[in-house]
This record gives sequence, structure tokens and C-alpha cells, in this order.
Amino acid sequence: LSCCWLIHRHSDKPAKMPAVSKGDGMRGLAVFISDIRNCKSKEAEIKRINKELANIRSKFKGDKALDGYSKKKYVCKLLFIFLLGHDIDFGHMEAVNLLSSNKYTEKQIGYLFISVLVNSNSELIRLINNAIKNDLSSRNPTFMCLALHCIANVGSREMAEAFASEIPRILVAGDTMDSVKQSAALCLLRLYKTSPDLVLMGEWTSRVVHLLNDQHMGVVTAAISLITCLSQKNPDEFKTCVSLAVSRLSRIVSSASTDLQDYTYYFVPAPWLSCKLLRLLQCYPPPEDGAVKGRLVECLETILNKAQEPPKSKKVQHSNAKNAILFEAISLIIHYDSEPNLLVRACNQLGQFLQHRETNLRYLALESMCTLASSEFSHEAVKTHIETVINALKTERDVSVRQRAADLLYAMCDRSNAKQIVAEMLSYLETADYSIREEMVLKVAILAEKYAVDYSWYVDTILNLIRIAGDYVSEEVWYRVIQIVINRDDVQGYAAKTVFEALQAPACHENMVKVGGYILGEFGNLIAGDPRSSPLVQFNLLHSKFHLCSVPTRALLLSAYIKFINLFPETKATIQEVLRCDSQIRNSDVELQQRAVEYLKLSSIASTDVLATVLEEMPPFPERESSILAKLKKKKGPGAVSVTELEDSKREGGELNGGGDRGPDTASTPSPSADLLGIRSAAPVGAAPASAGSLLVDVFSEAGDISSLTNPLIPLPCRFVCKNNGVLFENQLLQIGIKSEYRQNLGRMYLFYGNKTSVQFASFTTTVSCPGELQSHILSMHLLEPLVEGGAQIQQVLNIECLTDFSDAPLLNIKFRYGGALQNLTLKLPVTINKFFQPTEMTSSDFFQRWKQLSQPQQEAQKIFKANHSMDTEVLKAKLLGLGTALLDNVDPNPENYVCAGVIQTKGQQVGCLLRLEPNAQAQMYRLTLRCSKDSVSRRLCELLAEQF
Amino acid sequence: MIGGLFIYNHKGEVLISRVYRDDIGRNAVDAFRVNVIHARQQVRSPVTNIARTSFFHVKRSNIWLAAVTKQNVNAAMVFEFLYKMCDVMTAYFGKISEENIKNNFVLIYELLDEILDFGYPQNSETGALKTFITQQGIKGQHQTKEEQSQITSQVTGQIGWRREGIKYRRNELFLDVLESVNLLMSPQGQVLSAHVSGRVVMKSYLSGMPECKFGMNDKIVIDKQGKGGASDEAGKSGKQSIAIDDCTFHQCVRLSKFDSERSISFIPPDGEYELMRYRTTKDIILPFRVIPLVREVGRTKLEVKVVIKSNFKPSLLAQKIEVRIPTPLNTSGVQVICMKGKAKYKASENAIVWKIKRMAGMKESQISAEIELLPTNDKKKWARPPISMNFEVPFAPSGLKVRYLKVFESKLNYSDHDVIKWVRYIGRSGIYETRC
Repeated sequence: LSCCWLIHRHSDKPAKMPAVSKGDGMRGLAVFISDIRNCKSKEAEIKRINKELANIRSKFKGDKALDGYSKKKYVCKLLFIFLLGHDIDFGHMEAVNLLSSNKYTEKQIGYLFISVLVNSNSELIRLINNAIKNDLSSRNPTFMCLALHCIANVGSREMAEAFASEIPRILVAGDTMDSVKQSAALCLLRLYKTSPDLVLMGEWTSRVVHLLNDQHMGVVTAAISLITCLSQKNPDEFKTCVSLAVSRLSRIVSSASTDLQDYTYYFVPAPWLSCKLLRLLQCYPPPEDGAVKGRLVECLETILNKAQEPPKSKKVQHSNAKNAILFEAISLIIHYDSEPNLLVRACNQLGQFLQHRETNLRYLALESMCTLASSEFSHEAVKTHIETVINALKTERDVSVRQRAADLLYAMCDRSNAKQIVAEMLSYLETADYSIREEMVLKVAILAEKYAVDYSWYVDTILNLIRIAGDYVSEEVWYRVIQIVINRDDVQGYAAKTVFEALQAPACHENMVKVGGYILGEFGNLIAGDPRSSPLVQFNLLHSKFHLCSVPTRALLLSAYIKFINLFPETKATIQEVLRCDSQIRNSDVELQQRAVEYLKLSSIASTDVLATVLEEMPPFPERESSILAKLKKKKGPGAVSVTELEDSKREGGELNGGGDRGPDTASTPSPSADLLGIRSAAPVGAAPASAGSLLVDVFSEAGDISSLTNPLIPLPCRFVCKNNGVLFENQLLQIGIKSEYRQNLGRMYLFYGNKTSVQFASFTTTVSCPGELQSHILSMHLLEPLVEGGAQIQQVLNIECLTDFSDAPLLNIKFRYGGALQNLTLKLPVTINKFFQPTEMTSSDFFQRWKQLSQPQQEAQKIFKANHSMDTEVLKAKLLGLGTALLDNVDPNPENYVCAGVIQTKGQQVGCLLRLEPNAQAQMYRLTLRCSKDSVSRRLCELLAEQF
Repeated sequence: MIGGLFIYNHKGEVLISRVYRDDIGRNAVDAFRVNVIHARQQVRSPVTNIARTSFFHVKRSNIWLAAVTKQNVNAAMVFEFLYKMCDVMTAYFGKISEENIKNNFVLIYELLDEILDFGYPQNSETGALKTFITQQGIKGQHQTKEEQSQITSQVTGQIGWRREGIKYRRNELFLDVLESVNLLMSPQGQVLSAHVSGRVVMKSYLSGMPECKFGMNDKIVIDKQGKGGASDEAGKSGKQSIAIDDCTFHQCVRLSKFDSERSISFIPPDGEYELMRYRTTKDIILPFRVIPLVREVGRTKLEVKVVIKSNFKPSLLAQKIEVRIPTPLNTSGVQVICMKGKAKYKASENAIVWKIKRMAGMKESQISAEIELLPTNDKKKWARPPISMNFEVPFAPSGLKVRYLKVFESKLNYSDHDVIKWVRYIGRSGIYETRC
């Protein structure tokens, strides 16, 4: 049976199973399987299976007891049918019976069935657990192993509850067989992974750690997996394992390859165990004890030495095993980051691999070197391999390896080699794979900025970048270059000249046009002296690109033109001509049309002084983190950022709140439509550097209001007692409206969430909880889309059932992200007991008869209170009807009084309620009397109603 | 416009592949196999869209026929063509099976060349095709030039389905009214839905180019005649007439005449063909009534009693009666007692199958069964699928009657009286189910 491997999945070496003899094979099963295989069509297969199922059912149902063999056979068949994808809903009992058999094969099949088909059926689980307990306490190691494997394969919480305390005992008991210990360790690991709270090591800790000293290597290997997992969660408890692991490692490393016999794999002693030991050590800082540390360093040195030795075998398994240990050792060295000597040696070792034949090794070497480059000790050593890495970038066949090479180049870059690396990356960019181009562009942009000594080089580099890979240059990159040019007086002239030259090219990328338009608009005057770049030439050059560009770029160019009018009054006529032409002033795009109209008016009305003030040069941008870096971080995710950015990492905390690059940075970056003047915004023109466009959220200005959102609990407005629809909650961001309807003990509530802002709410989730003894149950809640667009409204439906009477309202919790900040909101839902009222009409005599029947003191609740609202008859009537009861006329002898009757429907029972409200107009007081068949209901209703009048 | 046509066996191996248009790539064959034949979940829709390519398939026993196109084609046309293709193949080599298709693949390619041209369906009339696509070798045919030119003129002419100069010594006509009656009935005997779909199949062996006229008790025709004739006659025949919901005709029927006069006149093809198809939903005679009685005795036992009543003239005999009573999925044993016929529990189909060879009208028969159940830990209740029935009766459940079939042949000297005519009615069960 192909699924037998399931049983052994968790052990490194399968426990020795008694071999199944040929004669023991189940012929009926073989015949059945071959029948199925020979079926010509799906229908035929289903027919065959139906027939077999009927046969098995009749056999199981039959009067005469089945012997173990046939039971095993039929259970096997059921298992096979299940694995073919059919439902099996019987046979569990027979499988459980097999567990108590003394034959290995029968027991094995029973466990197999249980592990594959277990469901949390309470009665069977008890029987299964019982059988497992018996096997665990038997002295037979194979049975114990089978039971442990079953626990591990099922690995459910119930299993953990039943056996989590038992297994550690087996694991550390002195008389347990080695194979059982192995299984027990792995079984415990599995249970720990599924329900860590149930596996408490406590007193066993030290004895489990001492398993590292066990004679049997298999036990050690199994135990170390467990210990690694446990020590990751609570490192302090398992601290003692470090010295044991080191001594174990040193024994393995120093042993001759023949010492370990069974555990020597292609001349490498216990490679798996070594790797696991090294990985365990990576959970801890370097050992403080000098002796231990010395021993460990010795081990690591030995491993590095061994890597230098000629291979003992040409087999790939030998080198794989050796390299696995080596790489694990290197990651440990990198993890410690305290031994300069070792770090350099590791680096050299990796350097050798950089030119290895094996692609995998080259990949791993580049990857490990990336982390080595971040260490201060080995950074220099890594740098010596620059030529090799550049070569790898150029010649490597495998794209993933090239990617790693690019990463490494980025990581090893510093002031000394920046020019070389950036040049190499730029030249590679022309032929780079499309998948990594954008990332490469970002890296080049960052390196160029970070290590720029002279900014003309920086400008050159970025313009080159745009030229070579314009499509992959994101907004952030060209925003950044403009920020830097504006902030640095010394490069402005050079930038203008370079941009002008770059624009001469017959076909240039749109991003280049954007940069060109911006820079020439600001600093075109710096190069206007040269007749080759006179104002008119500049303008014509820009305008020649105009018609090929998209709308945002055109908008930017129009802004550049108006700046030209200010800079060079002689171009005014030409530019006005351009603005006046129909394609501008009547452009179908509103933005372009508006700009053209306004600029034209501005240029013709405003005096030169006004123009000069309005179109003044942009003020310098405030210094801040490069938005490109944030983008790269986002792209690669945390962890992939190398140490050169570590100084920035402290900002990451801020990033969490700011939601990536949409944080404080962008609040003043040019908006996507590149609105240089900020004409659309209310801010004074020219005062702020290009104001935040409409797409950006001004996170801070509203901070005060938003904080009110995080109020712990917003009380239920009492008007909802008598009303079913209305606005439940409203603040600056969100409006929640409800509509509800009730029938008998069931209710349905529609919640409408309206986003009042223009920005999307992300990860919008709502949950409803019922506090305490609250019995009104929310039956179902329709899930919502996690995003709520700006200005949009979404709807959610709640189905409610009243099980018994209750007093507390259910709570609605809303969580969402607004502009990066998490908003949390808890509201009481207006579900009160009176919603489940059914009005009852009755005559005067009926009413008083029932009133008298409910005469026990606890059934009555009375309250005398002052009127809060007007005592107008109509208003009162409306409120009483809204309550859900029937308002009975001509019942009370005093016509001033109000009398109501109703039945509260809950799932379990019906509670009759009678109400009498006696207003006293002179004193502005009410007397409210309630009599209900259930005392808690009268009290609650009385409380609710007293607030209403 | 069909882009290509593939035939697969049950394993998804391609038996026939004919591509008519360039927009259908080589991978289309595999796409259908992977996405439909070998699909994880059974594909129920007969039309599948894969990568902007539409596949229309029908299944005949274990054989898949798939027409494929990239264009926005009339799906009904494609299916009509596929059914026609099946008919043509059956007419040539009998049952459509893997074996037969493999043995006749040359013939099939030849047929495909003829009946589809650049993806446009052509003449698919078996009679016409058989004149020029034969299963014998070329040497076997001794066709004269004249005959060959006759074929051309026939195929391209106005009456493509019949060639001229046919002569029979005995002019004979067979007319079969084949109906299948579908029913869904509630346990209380209320009809939830019922309809009859019928076919009029003819076999004609007539000389020359005869003009035929077919008449039946269509309500519209009878009412129209009734208006013209005496009023008492209209009352009498009105009872007998039936309302036909919709019908389709063989291409030989003159539709203009049907539209104007509602008379069915045509020049018949030679041999067997389907003259018309129709559907009725009103006043259906249900040949059998099934009365189920299911009683659950505890969790482990079920008692089933089913009575069937035949509801037609006692002189008529129904045949091949089969009642299929579904059993729960956890049945572990069944005991059956029946008065008539044979009943057996078929485990592979999860049903008790009760077969009766013959049963006269206005009779009644019953079966009772005790079903033992194995208790399961599944809480799902048994869905109680409906009891279904199969039968064959010698009358038309829709009430359709053939009033006349007249043959006129002006050129040759035989008249309507000389033609020997045979009429037969067969009513079969379609999906005939009663809920229990």
C-alpha cells in the first residue's frame, strides 16, 4: 500500500518493522485494486466501489464475527477507497478493534486507518486513546512506536491533551528502547508545534537536554530537532544545551570517518546531526565560557580545514554532505560575528566557491557572502572578490545567481568602490533580465546617492539610468533626483546642461522629459547664456516632446512653460501662442485645459513682479530619508536589506505607522500629477513646495480627531430602544448606519459602513462578540471585502437569534487601517430584549385577569422617575408602539394611563409582558409598572424604558 | 464556423483529429484532454472555454466528440452538427465504439472532408452521402459517367436528399411514432412536471419523386377544419386533438407550406430518416403510476413498499418494465418480495432493480423490501433520491394519431392506394421519476 510511508514520516531512520511475508499479503485487496485499475471509465470505477462498499457493509453487519485477517483486509479496502477520493462513513469501529490485535500487520493497518481518517468523534476518540495508552504502556517497542507515530500523524489538540504529559516520560525513561526514544522525541516535537501550550517540559528539561549525550546517534538526531524547536521559544531554559552541543559537535568533527559506522555518510561523519547541532547553536549568542568557546572555535576551524582537504570520494553525495556542514558552520560564524579570523577564513572559503562548477554552490556562496559583507570584520575581505562577482553578474547563465550577484555587489559597495560598482551595474542593466530591472534601478539610484562625492557624477548616473532603463525607473527615483538638484546649488547648472543634452536625443524616455521639464523650468536660465541653448531653443526642444507624452507629463510641461515666461520674458509671445491654441485651451482633459487657461490668464494679466513672486524658484526640500530606500525595502521585505542601510533601520518603526513610503516623506513630494505650483490646493501658491496632491493623505492634521476613534467602548444611544433604523455611529472617518427587522425570536440587521474620507480603508474587518452571559446569538455574519474605497459604502448583514432573555447588548468591533494607522472601534449593537416583542391585543377584562395572575413580587418591577422628554401624548404613543408591544386602548379606567401587552419570543420560551405607564403631568413624573412571567425580564425592561420617557 | 473536430477514446487518446482552420493550434487537442476529459471534477457543461477557444463536446458511450472553434459560433448549430455526425457514423458502421472508429478511420476522414468545408457544415444526409462515399474500394464501384454526373446534380441541386430514377417493385412506407415520456411526481401523486418528446421516423421505399402529405391530429389543424365543417364534427374531433408545443422538421419538409397551411408536405429521402420532432406538455397519458411507501424502522432498518399501476387499455401490453428503487448508501443487506417479475439488489448501483417482462393495462403489481442499514457516524440524512422507471408501451402517450399519409406521384403510374403503409406507435420512458 502506497501510503505506508505516512507512518515513518517523522523518524529519521525507520524503526525496524517485522517484514511482511509474502503469504500474508491480502489477495482480496490485490484483486480489488487491480479491478479498479482496469476500470475503463469513471462510472465503472464508481460501480465497482459501490459493490465493494456494499459487500464490506454486509460483512461488518453480518452476524458472525470477523477474524482479524478479514477485518484487516476490509479496513484496508476502505482506506484505499478513501484515498481514491470517496467518502467513508463507517468502519471506524472495526479499525479501532484492530488496534487491540496482537499481530503487527493488523495493528499497523488499524493505526493507518485512524491516522488517515480520524475525526473528532468523541466516543471513538476515547477508545482510540485507550488503545494508544495500552500500547504505550506495553513493553513491546514496535507497538510503542506505532502508537507514537499515530499520535504524531494525527497531531490534533485532543491527542496533545491526552498524551503530552505521557510522552516526555517515555522519552527520558532509562529503560526505553532507542528506537522508541527516537519516535517519542519526534512525536513530542509534532505535538509541540501544534499546541505548544500543552507541552510543558518543566522538570523534564534537563533530562531532555542530556539526550544530547545519548549513546545512540539516532536518538540524538531526533532529540536535537525537538531541543532546537523548544529553545527557539524559551532559550533560557535550554541554555545548558550549548555546552553539550559543542562537546557533541567536537566529538563528531574530530572523529575519524570510520568511528561512527552506521552514521557515516559517504566518508562524512553524521552530516545531518552536525548540521542540526550547528543550527541549534545559531539560536544562542557565542558561549561565554572560555573553554567551551575555545572548543567551538576549534570545531569551526576543523570544519573549515576539512573543506580544504581533497575530497575522499568523487560522489556528489560526499561533497553535498561536506558542503552542507560547511555552509551551516559559516552561517554560525556570521551569526556570532565576533571572530575576525573565522569570518575572513569563511569569506575566503566562499570566494573559492564563487568559481565552482556547481551552480548551486555559486548561488549559496553569493548569498552567504551578502551577509558576510555586512560584518565589519569581513567587509574588506569580501571586497577583494569584486572582480569575480562582477564577472558572475556578466557571465552567469542562471538568472537567480545573477540576482544574488547583484545583491552582493550592492552589499559590498562603499565609498571606495562605488563608482566602479555603479558603472558595472549600469552597464549590466542594458542586458539585465526584465524581472530584476526595477530592483537594479533602485539599487543603482540608492548607491549613486549614498556614495556621491561629487553631484555631477550623481546627476550623470541617474540620467544614464533613465536613458538605459527608463521604463523601470519608478516615480521615486526621479522625484529624488529633482529634490537633490534643487537642494544643491552647485549642481544645478550642470544638471540643466546635462538634461538639455540628453533631451537632444531623438527618442528619449518620458521620465527624461519629466526631469528635463522640471529642471529646465527651474534652472533653464543658468544655461541660457550659451546661444546653442538659448531660451527659445530650450522651449522648442521641450515642446517637440510635448505631443508624445502622457497627460501628467504634459501638465508638468505646461508648468515648465509658465516658468519659462517668468525666466525669459522674450519667450512670452511664443508660449502664449502655444497655450492659446485649441489643443491646449480646449483640451478634453480637464487638468490640461485648466492649466492652459489659468497660465494663459496669469501670464497676460499679472505684472512681472507678481509673476516673479508666484513663479519663484522652488525652495529647498527638507532633508529626509530617501524614498527610494523605502521602496526597495518594501520590495524585498525585511531581512533582505543589507547592513549599509542599518543606520536607517531605526526609521522602520516609523514606517510601520506611516505605511511604507506613503509616510511623512511623501507628504511634500510632488504629487503624482507633478503639480509644481500646487494650483489645485488651497495652500498659498509657491509657499509650500508642491503641495500634497489630492491622492495623498495628510496624516497629521487629523491626528487629533482620529485619536477619538480609539475610545474603548462607545455606549449605545438609548434612542435605539424604540427605533430600528438610524445612524448608529459617526465621526470624521466613518459613518455606521443600521437597519433592522425582527420577527419572533429572529432578527436581521443590516449594517452600512460609509467611508467619509476620500481614501481607501485597508484591511477592514468587523467582528461581533457577545459578552458574558449574553444569550442573544449572532447566527451569521457576512464577510466583508477588506477594502473600503474612499466615499464608498459597504453593507453587512447580521442574523440574530434570541435564545433566552438577556440584558447586555452584543459588541461590534471594527478594525481598519486609515492612511497607515490602525483604527479600532468597539460599539454596542442596538439589540435589546424588547426587539423580540410580539404585540398581543386583549380586552380590558383579559388584561386585568392576567395582571392579577402575575402578582408575585419578583415578577413586578416598578419605577417612578422624572420625565426627560416632552410628555406629549402622540410622542409617548409612538414610543410605546416602537417598543414592539400592543398599545391597548380603553383598558385602564384612567384614560391618561397607557397600557401595553406583548410577548417576548426567545428560542427556549415565551415571556408574556404587561406594562402600565402612568404619567403625572403636574409633577412631570411617570410611574412605570411592568409585570412579566420572568422576573429578570421585568427588571431589564424597566431599566430600558425608564431612560426613554 | 467549426475550426476543428477531434474524437477521443475514454482515456483521452486522440482517435481522429481534423483541423479546418489555422487559428486552431496543435495544443488545442491537449487542452481539451487536460481540462475536460482528465479534469479533476467531472465537467458537466457541454461547452468549455479554454484560452479563448471554445470546445463543444458530446459523449457517445466511451467516445468523446469535440468540435472546437475560436469564433463566436452558433452553439446550437455545432451540436446539431455533432449529433448529425454521430448519426452518419452510425449509419455507416453501426455502433460508435473505439474499435469501430479505429477500423474506419479512413472513412471518417473522408466523411469529415465532405460534411464540413472550411468549418461550414455541408450536406450531411446519409442517403446522399452513401451514393458517393462508400466503404468499398474504388474498383468495386462500377459507376458510369452518367451516374457520376447524376450525383453532382443531385448534391448541388434543389433536392439534395433524393436522387432521381429510383424504382421499387413494391412501394412501401413505414412510419414510426416514437415518444419518450418524462415525469416527475410527488410522493402524494401530484404531477410536478411532465412532458413528452416525440419523433416521427419514416422508412420509405417509393419509386420516382413522390410528393407526400402527412396529417396528424394537431389541434390547430383540426380546429381550423372544424370551423369550416359541421359544428358537431368539430366537437368530436376536438377531443382527440393534441396541442403541440414546438416541432422541428427534416429539411425535406416545405416549411412555407407548413407556415401558411400547417400542412406537412415533402418529397421524402430514400430509406430511413426522421421526419419531425415535437414536444407536448398538455394532456399526457401517464402509462404508469408509482406509489411508494418508505418507512424507517429505527436507525438500522428501512421498509419499502412500491406499487405500480398501469393506466391504459387492458388490451395493450407494456414491455421491458424496470423499476429502480434507490437504497441508502449504508445498506448492508436487502430482502425483496415481489409478486411479479424479478427483483434484485444491485450493490454497484445502490438500488433495487425490479424487472417485469410484460404487463397489461389496468393492472397493479407490488414489491416490498426490507433494507438493513449499517449505523454510521455520519449525521447526514439520506437524501431519498426518486424512484425511476423504464418501460415501453405500444401507444403514443402524447395522444398523437396519424390521420393520413398520402403519396402522389404524377409521373409514374402508381397511386396512393398502391402504396403499402405501416404505422407503429412506441411510447418509451424518458426520465420517469416519482419522489419517495
